[in-house]
Amino acid sequence: MHVVYSLGDRIFRRVVTAGAVTSLLVLALIGLFLFARGVEIFRDMGPKFITGTNWTAGSGDGIIPAEFSIGPMLAGTIVTSLIALFFAVPLSIAGALYMEFFAPAKIKSTLVSMLDLAAAIPSLFFGLWGIQVFSSMGERWAALTSHYLGWFPLFNNELGIFGRSPFIAGLVLAAMIVPIITSVSREVYSRTPRELVDSCYALGGTRWGAIRAVVLPFGRSGVVGGAMLGLGRALGETVAVYLLLNLVFKYNFNILESEGGNIASLIATKFGEATPYELKALLAAGFVLFLLTLSVNMAATAVVQRTAKAQP
Amino acid sequence: MNVVSQVGTESKTSKENGIIMNEMSTSGASTAVVERPLGLETRGLHAWFGAHHVLSDINLQFPERSVTGLIGPSGCGKSTFLRMLNRMHEFIPSAAMAGEVLMNGSDIYAPEVDAAAMRLKVGMVFQKPNPFPAMTIKENVLAGIKLANLKVSNHDDIVEKCLSRAGLWKEVKDRLDASGGSLSGGQQQRLCIARSLAVEPTILLMDEPCSALDPGSTLRIEETIRELAEKITVVIVTHNMQQASRVSNYCAFFLSDGGPGVLVEADATRKMFTNPTDTRTADYVQGKFG
Ligand SMILES: Nc1ncnc2c1ncn2[C@@H]1O[C@H](COP(=O)(O)OP(=O)(O)OP(=O)(O)O)[C@@H](O)[C@H]1O
Ligand SMILES: [Mg+2]
Repeated sequence: MHVVYSLGDRIFRRVVTAGAVTSLLVLALIGLFLFARGVEIFRDMGPKFITGTNWTAGSGDGIIPAEFSIGPMLAGTIVTSLIALFFAVPLSIAGALYMEFFAPAKIKSTLVSMLDLAAAIPSLFFGLWGIQVFSSMGERWAALTSHYLGWFPLFNNELGIFGRSPFIAGLVLAAMIVPIITSVSREVYSRTPRELVDSCYALGGTRWGAIRAVVLPFGRSGVVGGAMLGLGRALGETVAVYLLLNLVFKYNFNILESEGGNIASLIATKFGEATPYELKALLAAGFVLFLLTLSVNMAATAVVQRTAKAQP
Repeated sequence: MNVVSQVGTESKTSKENGIIMNEMSTSGASTAVVERPLGLETRGLHAWFGAHHVLSDINLQFPERSVTGLIGPSGCGKSTFLRMLNRMHEFIPSAAMAGEVLMNGSDIYAPEVDAAAMRLKVGMVFQKPNPFPAMTIKENVLAGIKLANLKVSNHDDIVEKCLSRAGLWKEVKDRLDASGGSLSGGQQQRLCIARSLAVEPTILLMDEPCSALDPGSTLRIEETIRELAEKITVVIVTHNMQQASRVSNYCAFFLSDGGPGVLVEADATRKMFTNPTDTRTADYVQGKFG
């Protein structure tokens, strides 16, 4: 019995280890491939590849030199993702709290399984829905925001055209990442020790009081981890931004104006008719995005693990 | 029901000392009648979890400024009963109840009662010490005041007073800003007692408050309970017969033999331990089962 058991154990362990090693290996190979193909661009462009604002394939005869840099796209990636977080995080926290503490017991389990399903299906689904809904609605909100808050540089809009802006792209990205953040947050909140919540009630606290005193502090780092998972998705999102934003190579921090882009949509836009040298530049851009999402995901994992450890 | 309410009125007018045992009612519940005004009284209390009937017709009186011990084998419904005394029972989705719990003569389950406000008057200490982990010792003591939005100015005085009453002040007065989790188990439990005292309850419910603690901390907490009982009414669930005899003035013995839990007998602790009316009580307190 003992031998059989430990043999099964060993096989299981090997299979799991092999799986883990393989996925790490694939990840490393992707990074290596992107770097190897893009390294020529990094050498030619230097740090300007990250900060510059010019993407020119050049003329084949070399009269107009090729020049590639992704500054505005990198900035756009970060700006749209932060806008997405700005909307998605509060909404997700509210939704998670509702499900865990306010939803009637009868519908709670249905809601939870729907949510977990939603978190598992590709976010593209919500992106397409978001494009339908927010293209026009977001335009109206943007106009209002600019009307009342236009004095603040971020919300300035000179032209009065509000469609296809980073703001709207951010809204759509928010719709795409709400399910995953809500799902993670609800999971964390549901692990709040029952006795702590009970203690709040026993002290004459209301449900909202218990949430503020115990549930939110307990869930904080878990929610941060969930938000970073969402951020990782938003950073790498291609299709929604590709469909929504006019690619303009200019730093645009007026988030209500109709120009922008992100790295993923840059790659999608240029890939089809790129010259061989431009292709390398696109892969170099891919490498930058790869590093960005990888570090965000690693940070998220670290935060979630720290939470898991801190709790007895 | 009738018998019980009669007894209740009688006990309020009667100035006699001593404890009079009531006749056994048909349901098997019994009632201790005492000279002191009642802090709390239950009438015809039933509890269910879904279709599972776990407590049947509990009529019990808790004299003011005394300690009542609830004893009985595991699963007989002591915790459930305790949680009905401050309406914590209703947080469990499948839970249902019937009957009355009278505090100062009025039913805490009456529709107009604000349960959260009522719980301010009925503190609770749980089996496992559970200070709020994100808060300091001081914040833990003041948590109830903050939760209930009570307006008080003398925070420091309250902290000192409650920690002293819980017998913890001397040990922690120099590290009030340390985290509650940095204390030992026994200290944490006394911090939890201090925490429930801060909102000035008139009743304190304790569910096996010492079962996770060492003998030294246990004695320390029993001492605290005796001191508290000079001011407030304490109800304590315990599996430890020595503890019940050391700390309580009255004892109530619960039992479930397959069906719902019933109150077998309730009386002065000395009588329960030396000369109980029911043989099952005698067997239980002598450790013959349980
Ligand atoms: N949340 C719940 N859902 C369903 N049934 C429950 C729940 N809590 C308790 N019960 C049932 O109610 C009965 C009484 O439980 P209770 O916890 O009140 O017993 P107890 O006397 O406190 O036991 P112990 O001495 O072990 O703490 C048991 O049969 C138990 O299975
Ligand atoms: Mg119990």
